[in-house]
Amino acid sequence: MAVEAAAPRRSAGRRLAGLFYGRPRLQVGTLLAGPVGWLVIGYIGSLIVLLVTAFWSVDALSGEVVQEFSLENFEALWNEPVYRDIVGRTVGVAAAVTVTDALLAFPIAFYMAKIASNRGKAILVVAILLPLWSSYLVKVLAWRTMLSDGGIINWALEPFGLNGPGYGIVAVWLVMSYLWLPYMILPIYAGLERIPDSLISASEDLGAHPFTTFRRVILPLAFPAVVAGSIFTFSLTLGDYITPRLVSSDQFIGNVIFNSIVNDQPFAAALALVPIVVMIAYLLVARKLGAFEHV
Amino acid sequence: MRLSRQATWVLRAGVGLGLAFIYIPLIVVGIYAFNSSGTTQKWPPPGLTLDWFPKALESESAREAFLTSIEVGLIATAIAMVLGTLASLAVAKHRFFGRETISFLVILPIALPGIVTGVALSNTFTQVLGIDLSLFTIVVAHATFCIVVVYNNVIARLRRSSASIEEASADLGADTWQTFRFVTLPAMKTALVAGGLLAFALSFDEIIVTTFTIGAGEQTLPIWIYTNLFRPKELPIVNVVALLVILISIIPVYLAHRLSSEAGVSAGAKGGAARDAAEATAVP
Repeated sequence: MAVEAAAPRRSAGRRLAGLFYGRPRLQVGTLLAGPVGWLVIGYIGSLIVLLVTAFWSVDALSGEVVQEFSLENFEALWNEPVYRDIVGRTVGVAAAVTVTDALLAFPIAFYMAKIASNRGKAILVVAILLPLWSSYLVKVLAWRTMLSDGGIINWALEPFGLNGPGYGIVAVWLVMSYLWLPYMILPIYAGLERIPDSLISASEDLGAHPFTTFRRVILPLAFPAVVAGSIFTFSLTLGDYITPRLVSSDQFIGNVIFNSIVNDQPFAAALALVPIVVMIAYLLVARKLGAFEHV
Repeated sequence: MRLSRQATWVLRAGVGLGLAFIYIPLIVVGIYAFNSSGTTQKWPPPGLTLDWFPKALESESAREAFLTSIEVGLIATAIAMVLGTLASLAVAKHRFFGRETISFLVILPIALPGIVTGVALSNTFTQVLGIDLSLFTIVVAHATFCIVVVYNNVIARLRRSSASIEEASADLGADTWQTFRFVTLPAMKTALVAGGLLAFALSFDEIIVTTFTIGAGEQTLPIWIYTNLFRPKELPIVNVVALLVILISIIPVYLAHRLSSEAGVSAGAKGGAARDAAEATAVP
């Protein structure tokens, strides 16, 4: 039996496998052809098309797309104060949400990483993960009902003579902070887990107050993880148009893109470049701060 | 870390409040699914009832949307599993020019705001390729942003497993395919399944990219919810569907998490496993 197994079988599959043996380049090429082809041609290609389309325009009379170079869309974007306000509002809310989430996430992540027992840690990770993945739309819907006039928030605040924020920009900030909080907790938790306990003990042994240890040892080491988390909170806020639609009547970049996609695709494309440019700038800064080791 | 008792308690209270903040809205939606007053959404609900569940099951449009979501999710997941695995094998097992950019390329569709991915793909489909938006275009879009979850899960596993087992397999006479089939694949199987489950969950409740790439007349479940939540008459059914969607998206994620952490425990320290699982799942 052993002899039989050792005898070379020249099946087609084996010959094909032999072709790859000792040819690492062929192996890599075959492995990458599919995914890289899909992402570069399909996705990067689409982004390039988007960039090109942004310079097209729509004929005012016929409503047809004119495929000629024009700066019309960008002029409109730059000159109309409405759009400047919308971009400013969107980026402002994105920044506010990011800061809010960083402040809320840090203590939770810190407790998970450095204080909780192993069992507590495992439970907390699941407790944070599950809502992160549960339906985005349902969560916005939940807040829409909670923030409504007869909703639970007004009901809970009523005994104190207070009123909830209702629908509006504050509601957008609140809901988005809620939506993206787990995206901030998990990277910070992962970053804090990576800080060796011995470093913290060393700081304590050298007589540092817990607050000093936190400020001088933990915070600098965990900062890249905060930046990694902020990529998500920032980017997700920039592109969201459903939350503003459901809990406010304010316009965000996403709403304008959504509203112009049917009638003026070139203008929608030009507008979509705004979050791309903002995100590229953000990612470059994040990379400088070492965030990518944490993504 | 040694903290004073008070400080620990303050932190604990903070974590408790944080969890309450995260869970209360989900619980509120869950309760509204049983709201006996149909069209008003006043808190607290006057009474609880199970009446809306059979009504939701009877809703033809909701049922169709549900099936569409499952179909899109399954096909997109299958594509993402193949492409994500191929990319992670190339990056984990080989050194080549541009290796660092692969992770970046894979993460881009999800790191950029969903609306950008949506507009870019819809623009390419309709303006350049002249394809009408349909189920096919949603599947392509979903597969594009699902690759990253499979890739991240599998590559985390491959990085942890040692290359010497594969060398041993080759030394014992196995060819490239056999080594993959009998050594590499079993080692990464649970990570691959976990990645697939997450990809499905991601696709199942995606709405932003979907609205831009969906054909006229088609509805996925999130789109169904979105169109019906402005209709007061449909709200009770929307609430029931919302509860179901929460459950359907949570179950695969829970399973995926179990798969990643069990494998991690056998590979080494428990804390590390939880961390890897958190990293692998933290990406969308």
